[in-house]
Amino acid sequence: MMLDPRSPRFAAAVTTVVLILILVFRSGWLALAQAVVFAISAWSPGWSPYGLLYRALLASRLPRPTELEPAAPVRFAQFLGFVIIAIAAAGYLTGVTLLGLVFTGLALVAAFLNAAFGLCLGCEMYLGYRRLTGKPTPARVPAPLP
Amino acid sequence: MTAGLTTALGILAAATVLGLWWRRRDGRLRPSTGPVADLTDLGVRPGTPVTLLQFSSAFCAPCRVTSRVCAEVAARFEGVEHIEVDAEAHLADVRRLDIWRTPTVLVVDRGGAIVYRATGTPGKAQVIAAIAALLPAGAAR
Repeated sequence: MMLDPRSPRFAAAVTTVVLILILVFRSGWLALAQAVVFAISAWSPGWSPYGLLYRALLASRLPRPTELEPAAPVRFAQFLGFVIIAIAAAGYLTGVTLLGLVFTGLALVAAFLNAAFGLCLGCEMYLGYRRLTGKPTPARVPAPLP
Repeated sequence: MTAGLTTALGILAAATVLGLWWRRRDGRLRPSTGPVADLTDLGVRPGTPVTLLQFSSAFCAPCRVTSRVCAEVAARFEGVEHIEVDAEAHLADVRRLDIWRTPTVLVVDRGGAIVYRATGTPGKAQVIAAIAALLPAGAAR
């Protein structure tokens, strides 16, 4: 699957604003809502709520994209975002505010770097993670004929 | 509430510094002083004047842009070959060559020595400037 690269960038900008609101209001419920958004985007980028917003509000007013990018890196990054903000939501909702603060802060750094600089931290970390966890992934093989 | 806003602004300021540092560093070709490594199993043919050996992975958006930059340079100069390998399928080589990020581009000379390396997307002009000394005059097609 391929994506208009401006869509995840727009999503990162919206996420940045939401994360700032979470920090300001210390809202565990807003963190939980953002976790759901990340989960949907990681599971099925076509149904990403911020992606739909981009398509509804901006896509028709902008020129067609000259390039498309693969969805896999974006999905990986959204999954990392989900894990981080889910921990933050758990922290806020169980009264461990410091946990919520630290993890929302981490997510804010990542989302802001993506929105403002086009740097995808999750994507950068992927190879380092694979190096440390060892075994090479099996290469793709042709499916056997029925 | 004000405390939260101050925290958020502090984080944004720190992230901006990080982003500017990253932008300055990303894609820069740095001279490499590592030992001569055997790269033939990655497809590098000894005797090729310049090989642009690119490590990519599936979870990597800038890899495509980098791939295009390298392919364009290879098409423009006689004696330049571009090889793109999947880092995940060559984890032993990734560790041996001390690669931590994708894309990483290694500039390999005729004798198989790695003369430059770049992590991130290098500019086309920078790649051309770096390989000029390794190519015979009149290599441009």
